[in-house]
Amino acid sequence: MGVIAFLIILPFVAAFFLAFMKQQGKMRDYFIYTCCAVIVAAVLYFAVTNLINSESRSYLLETRGLDTAILIGEFGLMGLVVYYGFHYKKYYVAFLSIAQTGLIAWLELFGKKIPEANHILSDKLTIMMCLIIGVVGCLICVYAVGYMKEYRAHHPEYRDRSAFFFAMLFVFLGAMFGLVFSNNLTWIYFFWEITSICSFLLIGYNQTQEAITNSIRALWMNLLGGLGFAVAIVYGTLVLNVADLHGLVTLGAGNEIAIIPVILLAFAGITKSAQFPFSGWLLGAMVAPTPTSALLHSATMVKAGVYLLIRLSPTFAGNLAGTMVTTIGGFTFFAASLLAISQSDGKKVLAYSTISNLGLITACAGVGMHEAVWAGVFLMMFHAVSKSLMFLSVGAVENSTGSRNIEDMHGLIVKLPGLAFVMIVGIAGMFLAPFGMLISKWAALKAFVDSNSLLLVVFLIFGSATTLFYWTKWLGKLVAVLHHSARLPNTVGKSEWFSLISQAVLMISLCLTFPLVSTYIVEPFLSDMFHQTLPAIISSGNVNIMIMMLCAIVILPIAVRFLTFGKKNKIVMSYMGGANAGDDRNFIDSFGDSKPMYLANWYMEDYFGEKIILKPAIMLAAAGLIVMMVIAIGGAV
Amino acid sequence: MWSIISVALYLILGPVVGGLLAGFDRKISARLQGRQGPPLLQPFYDLFKLFSKQSVVVNNVQDFLVCGFLVFIVFTGGLFFSGGDLLLVFFALTLAGIFFMMSACSANSPYSAMGAQRELMQMMAYEPMVLLTAIGFYKSTGSFAVSDIIHSSVSNIAYLPGIFIGFLFILAIKFRKSPFDLSTSHHAHQEMVKGLTTELSGNILALVELSHWYENAFLLGVVGLFIINSNWWSFLIAVPVCIIAYFMEILVDNTFPRVKWEVMLKSTWLVTLVAGVINLMILSFIK
Amino acid sequence: MVLFMLNVSKSPWLLHYDGSSCNGCDIEVLACLTPIYDVERFGVINTGNPKHADIFLITGGINKQNEPVVRQIYEQMPNPKVVVAVGICACNGGIFKECYNILGGVDTVLPVDIYVPGCAARPEAIIDGVVKAVALLDEKRRVRKEEARQ
Repeated sequence: MGVIAFLIILPFVAAFFLAFMKQQGKMRDYFIYTCCAVIVAAVLYFAVTNLINSESRSYLLETRGLDTAILIGEFGLMGLVVYYGFHYKKYYVAFLSIAQTGLIAWLELFGKKIPEANHILSDKLTIMMCLIIGVVGCLICVYAVGYMKEYRAHHPEYRDRSAFFFAMLFVFLGAMFGLVFSNNLTWIYFFWEITSICSFLLIGYNQTQEAITNSIRALWMNLLGGLGFAVAIVYGTLVLNVADLHGLVTLGAGNEIAIIPVILLAFAGITKSAQFPFSGWLLGAMVAPTPTSALLHSATMVKAGVYLLIRLSPTFAGNLAGTMVTTIGGFTFFAASLLAISQSDGKKVLAYSTISNLGLITACAGVGMHEAVWAGVFLMMFHAVSKSLMFLSVGAVENSTGSRNIEDMHGLIVKLPGLAFVMIVGIAGMFLAPFGMLISKWAALKAFVDSNSLLLVVFLIFGSATTLFYWTKWLGKLVAVLHHSARLPNTVGKSEWFSLISQAVLMISLCLTFPLVSTYIVEPFLSDMFHQTLPAIISSGNVNIMIMMLCAIVILPIAVRFLTFGKKNKIVMSYMGGANAGDDRNFIDSFGDSKPMYLANWYMEDYFGEKIILKPAIMLAAAGLIVMMVIAIGGAV
Repeated sequence: MWSIISVALYLILGPVVGGLLAGFDRKISARLQGRQGPPLLQPFYDLFKLFSKQSVVVNNVQDFLVCGFLVFIVFTGGLFFSGGDLLLVFFALTLAGIFFMMSACSANSPYSAMGAQRELMQMMAYEPMVLLTAIGFYKSTGSFAVSDIIHSSVSNIAYLPGIFIGFLFILAIKFRKSPFDLSTSHHAHQEMVKGLTTELSGNILALVELSHWYENAFLLGVVGLFIINSNWWSFLIAVPVCIIAYFMEILVDNTFPRVKWEVMLKSTWLVTLVAGVINLMILSFIK
Repeated sequence: MVLFMLNVSKSPWLLHYDGSSCNGCDIEVLACLTPIYDVERFGVINTGNPKHADIFLITGGINKQNEPVVRQIYEQMPNPKVVVAVGICACNGGIFKECYNILGGVDTVLPVDIYVPGCAARPEAIIDGVVKAVALLDEKRRVRKEEARQ
């Protein structure tokens, strides 16, 4: 219990101190490193001790004081949002915040008092989420130390708010810890709202017009979800006498009693995880500095949404709430991957890819069966590590070359081999056998087939094909060997390299050790949740084969080098019809002049562009969402 | 025990079968065009000639990537013939295809790059159908493992006619035959030189040829999987079916022109949806 | 038997390049691929790619513009390789020999192994030349192997 409190409170305290360390310097850097090290140590200690004990624990029945503190905190958040709403003349934002805080405050002060359950719950899923937030989150903070220095050097036009930036990162970490540890719905709601506010403040970091617009969009979409959350809490307390997540799940598992709060909470999860029709805010969030994109908008905050959905998944089995979640999730998976094909901005590809993968996790959660949730949990884990690695690499490349456009990454393996190699590991981890995401996609496919969800199967197979396309395109750009390219000077700092390499190592080790994770963390969690034990989703035979494949990939370059294969090769120019100017970059045209050759990837904007697909996708998803929610809520009322 | 024997047979006989198939392909195509055609063993002569030539390369990573392609194609076929998980087999096939595509991308040459993009488009076109094939087998037999599928009581084609047709459709892409031989083919490519294999030569090109033969042997194995059941004489039916399927591909190759990528993508996805998904839907009701 | 199979002569792939030709010889070369003459029965494939080719078949003369191109293509061909000059223009410039832009036949740029005269060269002559070139290829390969052994 002490460790839990420590984990939640320490980041807030650190943030408080960081807000005052306005001077950029060694002291602030070391303070951040120390805090990160302490958090990682605490998380590991927590994980190890709880794994040894191997039981779920819950705490804190009586929490009057804390409840009051949280209520005050919520009014504080509301005040902040109202201030900004009026400041930017976007009054609907203020309205949303007042509405939801008002509901919660009314319930807390004047509503029915019901016997409460433990406020803090810690089971295996909590351990995994803590590890993700702690380890990946702190690695990103370490990276941010070096990155923000270069960011300031490259963008002197933006005011330096880096003290505020780091403080916000830590506030966010604290809020995420609070979110995953909480069992009481109001507490989860409070931390949920803190993450929305953090996201809003961090997206608006540059204070440019575009940043402000995008941050407001993120804010209202998340607040809309928060409103749904608040209504769910009120309904749950007043009608169903349940105020905690665990109780709600137990009550609603496999029936329709709790469908109203469940579907509203699912709605909140969908907005938080930027599923269609709410995908716009995540795309807009890419204007923020890279550590924000990595931490909030791929590895952790958006994971809060799917975390909630995973917690709720027993209540999705066989009812309309589940159908809504799976349909939105599957559709998002497919549509977002189509859109990713037409993007050449690296961060936009990563954003659409995040939305797409979150869609898959959403669909897994919505199926509401053991196998699917297994797949969803692993997807979440692998995605968090791989995607943050990708975002951080793209950020480093942007700082080194000045561009994050994929077309400008042509030949990166010659210009910046270290970064290119890390990116190749990241991309391979996103979709390629035998790496992690593939394992999870495999389990998801099997789960969808087993649960007879034909629509999901169709979404998954077509989505896999399109996912393959945009990742491999990028991979191809990275490995182009552009002879005689100047090796770019290594401007990537030590803290960034430490973070990148740690994450790459983490990813590969997770690929090798995922059977252990499955046996000791995920399977016990699923047995608790579904009250049944199932045989291993992926048999040990297949696991061995995948480990063989991984070893083959690693050994192959060494073997080829060792066997002196190709030692006698003669290097010649590439074929340009005989008109190669000699440097593989230019050709001689018919007037005898040298013209540059340019190789581009296919983006096919006429078929997969935002102009063609985005509006119809949003409209379809919105229509589906509204129809299904109305039917579900109307049917239950 | 049997699995080791079948893997060994695949490793040794795979290229022989693949090469003979290629030889038949050229001979029959020639006869269809009113010509005499090369001797049946011509592909083997080609292969040995390539091994005896000097290797010219454009960079030092091509070798490694093509070796990766070969290793994983052999791995795919080996896994299939040893009775492994069909879905994992197709995932390994994708991995092999990516190695091949990356070798073309690494060359930084206009024709290779075009070939690589087209190859990627081809992969996107056939991937849904390939996954659907594995799913179809799972639905009709309850297992992804090839060793279980070949012991089913009834030939799976009875449950999977639509998926069989869909698989034959995408086989034209995998065999690199018209109308879907966009990225590289054995005929002279007036638009893109040799596409993917433009910058490969000598023993590297020979390895690519070898990989294609292994791949063809494996793909015909998948066609046979639709027919084989627990009766021993189903093998005798599966072999002619494979040969007929291959002959149909040769016929289509000689009668259809190459199409644009839009047509390939649309037609393949349409066939996947109509033939494959409807088959799966009906199967869900039956089983 | 194995040594027989390893001959380059069993699988000669050629690269057909049009220098400054009037296209007469080119049409005859393509006629060799048609059913009447059918060079594929000797295993000959018309590959458009120097890196895959053994035989460099050039028609037409060499001018200032294609001189570096021809040289570049030749360099991109792997050993062993032969050059066949088809048509009198490729042999020594032919009827265009006196033109201001023509430098001469292929041997002004590359070492030619086989000359196939004619205007236009007949398919029978072209096939005859290719067959002789193929025998030369075997010879060159043998020499290469012996040099490698030493």
